[in-house]
Amino acid sequence: MRFIVEGYPAYAYTGGRAFDPGLPAVVLVHGAAFDHSVWQWQSRYLANHGHAVLALDLPAHGRSPGGIRTSIEAMARWVAAFVDAAALERAALVGHSMGSLVALAAAMAHPERVAKLALVGTSAPMAVGDAFLAAARDDSPAALDMETVWGHGRGITFATSPVPGTSLMGATRRLNGRSRPGVLAADLAACHAYRPAGDALAAIRMPTLVVAGKRDQMTPWKAGKALADRIPGARFATLDAGHSMMSEAPRELAFALRDFLAG
Amino acid sequence: MAHSGPKPPHPDTLAVHAGQSADPATGARAVPIYQTASFVFPDTDTAAALFNMETPGHVYSRLSNPTVSVLEERMAALEDGVGAIATASGQAALHLAIATLMGQGGHVVASASLYGGSHNLLSYTLPRFGISTTFVPARDPEAWRRAIRPETRLLFGESVGNPSVDVLDIPALARIAEERRVPLLVDATVTTPALGRPFEMGAHLVAHSATKFLSGHGIVIGGVLVDGGRFDWAADDRFPTLAQPYEGFHGMVFAEESPTSAFLLRARREGLRDFGACMAPMTAFHILQGLETLPLRMARHVESTARIARFLAGHEAVARVHHPDVESHPDHALARRLYPRGASAILSFELAGGREAGRRFIEALTLFSHLANIGDAKSLVIHPATTTHFRMDDAALAAAGITPGTVRLSIGLEHPDDLVEDLSRALRAARK
Repeated sequence: MRFIVEGYPAYAYTGGRAFDPGLPAVVLVHGAAFDHSVWQWQSRYLANHGHAVLALDLPAHGRSPGGIRTSIEAMARWVAAFVDAAALERAALVGHSMGSLVALAAAMAHPERVAKLALVGTSAPMAVGDAFLAAARDDSPAALDMETVWGHGRGITFATSPVPGTSLMGATRRLNGRSRPGVLAADLAACHAYRPAGDALAAIRMPTLVVAGKRDQMTPWKAGKALADRIPGARFATLDAGHSMMSEAPRELAFALRDFLAG
Repeated sequence: MAHSGPKPPHPDTLAVHAGQSADPATGARAVPIYQTASFVFPDTDTAAALFNMETPGHVYSRLSNPTVSVLEERMAALEDGVGAIATASGQAALHLAIATLMGQGGHVVASASLYGGSHNLLSYTLPRFGISTTFVPARDPEAWRRAIRPETRLLFGESVGNPSVDVLDIPALARIAEERRVPLLVDATVTTPALGRPFEMGAHLVAHSATKFLSGHGIVIGGVLVDGGRFDWAADDRFPTLAQPYEGFHGMVFAEESPTSAFLLRARREGLRDFGACMAPMTAFHILQGLETLPLRMARHVESTARIARFLAGHEAVARVHHPDVESHPDHALARRLYPRGASAILSFELAGGREAGRRFIEALTLFSHLANIGDAKSLVIHPATTTHFRMDDAALAAAGITPGTVRLSIGLEHPDDLVEDLSRALRAARK
């Protein structure tokens, strides 16, 4: 479904069910140079288990037009405006990777609008290596190699996919490859530059869950644990997966989110 | 500035390992044959979630099976695609691709030099279901462009034509496909990912008869359809099967569900479900055994073929040899560019003396088996005009690069000296 956010149409996938504002709302935020479809399984699972799901496409990603937002704070403002546009009083925010920083920043800026916060494959700060930033800036295929290989658990190619018949690495490469020129570079630069204030993290009061992949090569699980330790009362969970937990451990992540959102 | 990132594994490694974990139940290192029709649901919520695509997993072996999935994922990795669907045969893979993309009123532009079975499907059978095909010369990209109509939904050709051994200019056709926004499906049966990868050349979909070189031993019938994930199905209204709600699956809009995997989602959720041309797990196991040695075998296949092409080209009983390794072949330069390791273990040639000489030649061979197949470890021979292409009239035969004297060879893994000796003796017999 589509909303108008900051003057442009904004797309969100509703998990295969009509959006019902009477149900507890969950807004899912994707990572750098991705779109709503990374949440394919979790969106459908949560939408069929009592939630009003909005897996959004950030501006200039997927089906949402508009200009690239060049900072996590700007993306967070857009997400807050999206929640307004969807006429939601409060929503749970779930973010992956860059999207976890966006969800975190939105929760800190608008705590009254965020019922719960789930950060998947996260670290803060989220430093991005110079080689990755430079390759993305030059729109080099090497940037896609980095995003694809580091974005999954080591050796994932030599393992049976949880999604029968699908190459998780191939799907990641193609989805990244579809993003508009400049999007990956801007997203990575935004991740690299973002520094949440320590006292703001300590002031978070909403229920928070950090989910980390034990085989994550991009945001190692210890970084996720360190962030969870800085947020009062945050729960920390690990999955046997790499950075792309949504496809590497689709059931386990759906169940973790279901239990957190219900609890 | 040059950038280097972490690289995916090499094809030789993928051919052995991609898509396969040691069996989680037993630790078995070989791919277990999951010979089962169905899979137990641990609870009712899981059952509902599987049916409703809330969680991935196996339900019923017509839709997916763990042994078959290993083959699909290995082929997806080898082709650098987003995923694959294994089918009951190569023909089933072609049918699945077409049925997923179009219905009545749809139109295909296809190479005139196709495998006879594919020609039958497009020329005789699909028109009965309202899908028509315009056949165009494989070597004339502008003819492809001219043949595209508003209702065209697919361009289709063979990477290397069977049996004419002409080389499809995939990059040139891919440019036309992009310009006219029609997907390009390449049947890469003859080349396999060991010799060239059509997605890297710009194709959107790849089909294989896995019966041939992929399995490599002539023991099973199977097909594979691979999606490169590059085509934007939702860019206009021409692909409603992928970009509009499908009432047959909860109103799902496949291109919304997954922009990169929409084609495979529909092909599995509708095509495998309803047409049912799925692959059996035992078949997948056999093909996987073959795939493990694919790069090794293809190297030997094409090396021996080059040797035999040179031998035949220099033989006085042979009027003409069709193989891209022969410098006089019109696609010699293109083949070198697209398939630097070798283009084909199939070659055809014209015997001096026509049909009767062909009969004597085939019957005098001892190592070459006279049968309707290609891509076996054993060397094979056939006379297309009286077998695989017997339904085609002379004009259609000529368009497919075949004459009454054409003989097709599929070069196997025997020692090339022995093959040359067998051919040499049979060529002498043909002249008597």
